[in-house]
Amino acid sequence: MKLALFADIHSNLEALTACLAHAGAIGADRYGFLGDLVGYGADPVPVLELIEDHARDGAIVVLGNHDAAVLGRPDDTLNIYAQAAIGWTRAQLAPRHRAFLESLPLTVRDDDMLFVHASAAAPGQWIYVSSLREARESMRATDAGYVFSGHVHEQKLFYMGADGRPMPFRPVAGTPIPTPKHRRWLAIVGSAGQPRDRSNQACYALADRERSRLTFYRVPYDFSRAAKKIRSAGLPERAARRLERGT
Amino acid sequence: MLEAIGPGSHIDGFVLGELVHRGSMASIYRLAGPDGPLPLIIKIPRLGAGERAVNVIAFEVCRMVLGALAQGSHYPTLVAYGDVETTPYLVMGWIDGVRLDERLARVPLPPDEIAQVGAALALALHDIHRQDVAHLDLKPTNVLYRPNGEAVLVDFGLAHHAHYPDLLAEELRMPVGNWVYMSPEQVLGVRCDPRSDIYALGAILYQLATGRLPQGHPRSVRELRRRLYRSPVPPRALVAGTAAWLQEIILRCLEIDARDRYASAADVASDLANPGAVILTERSERTRSEAWPTLARRWLYSRRFQPAPCPPPSTRIGPAPIVLVAIPPSNGDEPLLEAMREAAKQVIAADASCRIAGVTVVPAAAALSGTRHEESATGRHIRHLVELRRWARSLPLPEERLTLHVLESDKPAAALVDYARMNDVEQVLVGAPRSVVAARLFRSVCAQVVAEAPCSVTVVRPRV
Repeated sequence: MKLALFADIHSNLEALTACLAHAGAIGADRYGFLGDLVGYGADPVPVLELIEDHARDGAIVVLGNHDAAVLGRPDDTLNIYAQAAIGWTRAQLAPRHRAFLESLPLTVRDDDMLFVHASAAAPGQWIYVSSLREARESMRATDAGYVFSGHVHEQKLFYMGADGRPMPFRPVAGTPIPTPKHRRWLAIVGSAGQPRDRSNQACYALADRERSRLTFYRVPYDFSRAAKKIRSAGLPERAARRLERGT
Repeated sequence: MLEAIGPGSHIDGFVLGELVHRGSMASIYRLAGPDGPLPLIIKIPRLGAGERAVNVIAFEVCRMVLGALAQGSHYPTLVAYGDVETTPYLVMGWIDGVRLDERLARVPLPPDEIAQVGAALALALHDIHRQDVAHLDLKPTNVLYRPNGEAVLVDFGLAHHAHYPDLLAEELRMPVGNWVYMSPEQVLGVRCDPRSDIYALGAILYQLATGRLPQGHPRSVRELRRRLYRSPVPPRALVAGTAAWLQEIILRCLEIDARDRYASAADVASDLANPGAVILTERSERTRSEAWPTLARRWLYSRRFQPAPCPPPSTRIGPAPIVLVAIPPSNGDEPLLEAMREAAKQVIAADASCRIAGVTVVPAAAALSGTRHEESATGRHIRHLVELRRWARSLPLPEERLTLHVLESDKPAAALVDYARMNDVEQVLVGAPRSVVAARLFRSVCAQVVAEAPCSVTVVRPRV
């Protein structure tokens, strides 16, 4: 099984389709969407419908904080730009899109894998796994050998050291990393729809389950088209610029 | 299952032959075939009760790194491997070679031999560094020499690959690796700098040149930390008459701060292969260890020693590409020489760190006639060097980044290609033939270099 994992898609249809095409071309046969399907971007409806199609075919989908905010659950971590997009997104959605979001769980457990948008330690509190402490807490909260998550927009991989200290690693795009089952791993797959590490290429990761290998990818996509849509929708200019600059 | 293995045992269909080596971390057997030994070995880590945890990690690392290296001649080829949880083993190509430690019985070795084995080893290191791998456990027992003189690095159990998580970073409280050859930054736990291998290479050269170890045999971490402030005793103080160039190379490899060492192993290989071109500094003249005030100052400093940051993967290898400029032997074609000078200037402008090697190939001395050919050959050599210097005079390059060589060979193209290969040259500039006469003489050289060089070749032609 080759499992393609996408997080923080943020209504960016161009990025999502480019990543899906890339994953399909290299043999992905299963899909996981790790939350924040909407927010910031201008295509919430097509993105949700595309993911819903995959969900019907057995894809894993979990809820993110932007998705929860669209459903009206309070989230004071969102800044004013994000809030503006949330209100706009809510207005775009039909009841069936809301129903799909309502149906999403905070975590999914499948075999030795756990899927969660933010930290597995408190899935609904949207904790950023941005330091070793949070990585350790997220890994300790579960006995799953592999934790796949998003929320933090940069790609990162941790393995649990023998002394219970997670060891961080910044992956090199396109290099398959052996992730044997006798170790425990936490992978942050990176943002598909709003990369922020000064590269405007979309992020995703592919887990090859048979060979126990994990590959992080960067995929070029038509970011100017996505940015243009954000501007014509009247969404904050900042969200459009972020796509162009990758910041 | 793996406890009671020995010659004749079967593992995953492989039949074990003769025991080649039993180390503290793993045992190595030749694989047996129906008609005698196969050109393969199997390496089985020592696992189980009483064995160290590092053995299994070293197995994983070895598999990961060897699996990632492109097929090449400077390290074993990984053929098959077993699962770490059930039957861990690695099957690799058998290397027909002599281990470097066998030469240690004859130390101190003559400088020529040191230069030869050292340059081959440096090229092997450069090969893995170029692939973002640092060996980090370089020692004489981990280096083999094939009959053709090529060096092969073995045992990548402690290696570091910049594209993979470092499984050894956290497991090991004590500095991991052989303490004798370990670089100062490794003592402090830095495991991502290929220049650590250059330090170990320097330690090996030191041992070959003097018969002694640069920092002795440390028995405690305190003794190990001495290399953070104490430079080795200069080889000249141990073996009188050690060549200045050799001491310069050795001590530069053994610099405490990685930034003061050679930027790349290819640079070391180039210096070892061209002793006459080594730029001598104060290092080459040292005859004694530092005075105690220096040591005291360095000792204080070493308590806050900050190792040089590891270079990021893409620029990991010292950004000092060597560009070979093939200057035709004095044929008076001034426009061509000028065009080649301009081309070299463009290369220098494009990459401020590059090194230019100006090379002229002249017919072998033996081909000269005359009774006093020895003298005339030397005279001719100098004349060509003067020509080369004249050519290079206006290049905007500091002296240490320019080397000039007159090679003797009746096959100029082959000599240039060999030089490019031996010195890991990044690019060759070769002159295009201009006149019909020159075409007869040089087209084959130019075309042959273009066809056979191991790197990019630029053909330079003066504007008509």
